[in-house]
Amino acid sequence: MTDASEVLLKVSDLQGWYGESHVLHGVDFEVRQGEVVTLLGRNGAGKTSTLLAIMGILGKRTGSVTFKDTETIGMQPRAIARLGIALCPEERGIFSSLSVEENLMLPPRIADGGLTVERIYDLFPNLKERRTSSQGTKLSGGEQQMLAIARILRTGSKMLLLDEPTEGLAPVIVQQIGHTIAALKNEGFTIVLVEQNFRFAASVADRHYVVDQGRVVDMIPNDQLEENTQKLHDYLGV
Amino acid sequence: MFELLGIPPQVLMGQLLLGLINGSFYAVLSLGLAVIFGLLNIINFAHGALYMAGAFVAWMLLNYLGIGYWPALILAPLIVGAFGIVLERTMLSRLYHLDHLYGLLLTFGLALIIQGLFRNYYGISGLPYQIPNLLSGGQNLGFMFLPNYRAWVVVASVLVCFGTWFMIEKTRLGAYLRAATENPVLVGAFGVNVPLMIMLTYGFGVALAGFAGVLAAPIYSVNPTMGEQLIIVVFAVVVIGGMGSIMGAILTGYMLGIVEGLTRVFYPEGSAVVIFVIMAIVLMIKPEGLFGRPA
Repeated sequence: MTDASEVLLKVSDLQGWYGESHVLHGVDFEVRQGEVVTLLGRNGAGKTSTLLAIMGILGKRTGSVTFKDTETIGMQPRAIARLGIALCPEERGIFSSLSVEENLMLPPRIADGGLTVERIYDLFPNLKERRTSSQGTKLSGGEQQMLAIARILRTGSKMLLLDEPTEGLAPVIVQQIGHTIAALKNEGFTIVLVEQNFRFAASVADRHYVVDQGRVVDMIPNDQLEENTQKLHDYLGV
Repeated sequence: MFELLGIPPQVLMGQLLLGLINGSFYAVLSLGLAVIFGLLNIINFAHGALYMAGAFVAWMLLNYLGIGYWPALILAPLIVGAFGIVLERTMLSRLYHLDHLYGLLLTFGLALIIQGLFRNYYGISGLPYQIPNLLSGGQNLGFMFLPNYRAWVVVASVLVCFGTWFMIEKTRLGAYLRAATENPVLVGAFGVNVPLMIMLTYGFGVALAGFAGVLAAPIYSVNPTMGEQLIIVVFAVVVIGGMGSIMGAILTGYMLGIVEGLTRVFYPEGSAVVIFVIMAIVLMIKPEGLFGRPA
């Protein structure tokens, strides 16, 4: 990724609270157009909270989050979504009272240029087989994860926030999700990926931000991972 | 005609019809309550008062403006729905972050105020509302006489219930509603205007109550207390059917109307309490309700 490309998302001094508890203490990072960037860190470091705060659904947030040079810090989540940011939450958020197809078609189109349903079924053949299944939550964990990613690809949002898409999934499915992320990058999507699975992160990302205690403490480009392995192990406590 | 357990068929069919008519009101009202509870998490105690308001609006349209039954069947629910939207925007929307109990208390208070105002202006003796000409008279079915208007009440309620069920379970708009019932935060994060949906849902739910009120006006006299008598039974119906199930609310409404009618034939003394007895049994055996999903 060249430094010349445009900064799409810029997060500066982002502070966030869950109720009374102060969980983000000034997160700073930026994501350029077309990049895949990961947020790495221990459990409870503030990775998920950062994604929720970008989307505007953490209890309270201050600081600055600009997307395409628009300041979003005072916006409602629905307005932020309509700028073209889409979230795939950690718990996947598949709706049990909706069929697979209804789940897929739920998020409204916010811009032109989203993937067509045919292209989505190309990427996720399992979903095509299961599309008439009566309940979204009857799918396997891997299929639910794919559905959670698939449904935000239709909307025309080009910035995806993926929260631990590989959590608890079998290696073969993790691999499939890796291929999907690579395919999406080729289609021009920009992706922020929260990951615990470091090897998976290294296989798909351009750069890694290390999050600790509610702050970004380091940035490591993917091509400098090897020389930084020891440092990263210290950060992640592995 | 045959006699069943010494009951003349005219009596049996008459009570069955009466039960079906009561069931029609239970179904439309419990449907509105279920829709509102699903999305707003508010137990709308003002539902009976808004049903009564629907009947009064129909009466006022006729007596003050000369607008008859058929236009009132559309206008009165719209007026009641608009009033509901004002209540939602100005009061209910401030309570969503609190326990359900606060919504219940607020709507209970609103019910008392609305009823009190109507009682103050119109007394409690009841005001007459004519059956529309088109539906006066009835059919002799051989075994019983079926008044046209009562048949219309059953048909109208079935149509409205089916239409609402279809809209919620089979359309894209309904998919938003079901999704927002499960996880409003995520639906909002997809770019959907959830507060607008909540407002319209409350408006729609209370419009259903207003519609039931117009249907009721020619059968029961238009009376400020007509809602409070009915709403207690309707809450029992909702408990039996299970909160949050649309089809459950509808079917339980008709079923319990019929059960009540049959009880009136075979054991008249029990007819006033049979629904509450069933409620107690259901709560013991299946606390989430017949059609409810376990919490």
